[in-house]
Amino acid sequence: MTRYDSLVDATGDTPLVGLPNLSPRWEGENPVRLWAKLEDRNPTGSIKDRAALAMVRAAEADGRLTPGCTILEPTSGNTGISLAMVAKLHGYGLVCVMPENTSIERRQLLEMFGARIISSPAAGGSNQAVATAKQLAEQYPDWVMLYQYGNPANAQAHYEGTGPEILHDLPTITHFVAGLGTTGTLMGAGRYLREKVPDVSVIAAEPRYGDLVYGLRNIDEGFVPELYDDSVLTSRFSVTSYDALRRTRDLIEHEGIFAGISTGAILHAALSVAERVADSGERADVAFVVADGGWKYLSTGAYSGSLQQAAEQLEGQLWA
Amino acid sequence: MAIEVKIPTILRSYTGGAKAVDGTGDTLSALIDNLDGSHPGIKGRLITDDGGLHRFVNVYVNDEDVRFTGSLDTALKDGDAVTILPAVAGG
Repeated sequence: MTRYDSLVDATGDTPLVGLPNLSPRWEGENPVRLWAKLEDRNPTGSIKDRAALAMVRAAEADGRLTPGCTILEPTSGNTGISLAMVAKLHGYGLVCVMPENTSIERRQLLEMFGARIISSPAAGGSNQAVATAKQLAEQYPDWVMLYQYGNPANAQAHYEGTGPEILHDLPTITHFVAGLGTTGTLMGAGRYLREKVPDVSVIAAEPRYGDLVYGLRNIDEGFVPELYDDSVLTSRFSVTSYDALRRTRDLIEHEGIFAGISTGAILHAALSVAERVADSGERADVAFVVADGGWKYLSTGAYSGSLQQAAEQLEGQLWA
Repeated sequence: MAIEVKIPTILRSYTGGAKAVDGTGDTLSALIDNLDGSHPGIKGRLITDDGGLHRFVNVYVNDEDVRFTGSLDTALKDGDAVTILPAVAGG
């Protein structure tokens, strides 16, 4: 069906497209094929629409969100943009706590949707945004923090949506690769796929930033999302800005897909595992997530100049 | 056998400010013991009293998280790159 009563109803059911040029072995006896789940086709252009909508609907169902409420959320951008759209259509206010080292496009989009932005210091990255949001939640008890890092509706959106959609389109799936942020995508879709395809591998790609982002005062200030359960994963890769940018550009050059930087990191991990399988002579169907398009990162310089220059410009920025 | 270990800002007080140091060992556990010899105290920040990796410390060998490759028993070889990072939020 391609007709919907409102924009929020158009969330999900995104296309899965093959990568005939970047796959290690697209054809032949034991193909090793890569498939991209185009989550940039969601209403605000990222996979976060799924979690935002699910969290709002769950909070409405249990009575926490009532007309006129203000939603509070720590976010590096995409979740905020998704929540801003849903909040606008459902009649809520939105306050986003966002690290100051995020791209200008994300801020402009949030402001356009009517969200209020509270900046948290660049040092400490999203950890600091989470801490600031938790303080604000105590100061303003009438604000409703949906808290994507610990809200079961986040993972459930992927258990009920992303996972089943991928399996429907790719019944021969052997590997699922996605970005690790709140962990919602990997926990939800990963759990679903493991239940249905016992041998499936679930692989996480996480961004590796410059020193500034890891500027904690001590190790105990570290943060692991409450949703995270490492038994769902098979392996986990840390991907540098340079490798993420390189793969983001490969994706445009060889497959025509204009994706955001985190997608480059996810593709890097997907190619690592695909090449291992190809070397062993076995077959594989690797589905990976295109989390968003490249539009919101143009100002970071990610798509112009040499890779080295682009990686240097990205130093200290949060790109996932 | 030399293995390069990248040290996060928060632990550089143990390495005299060095961003990366060399160590030896054929497992991660042996490498951390070796590092503690040249940079006393660093092991206590990485390993908890019950002998496991600290919950908020992630260690990667050639970009792969060791919790999925045998944790402290992960095998190392000459030329491997080890990266230590504190756990931070995404999203």
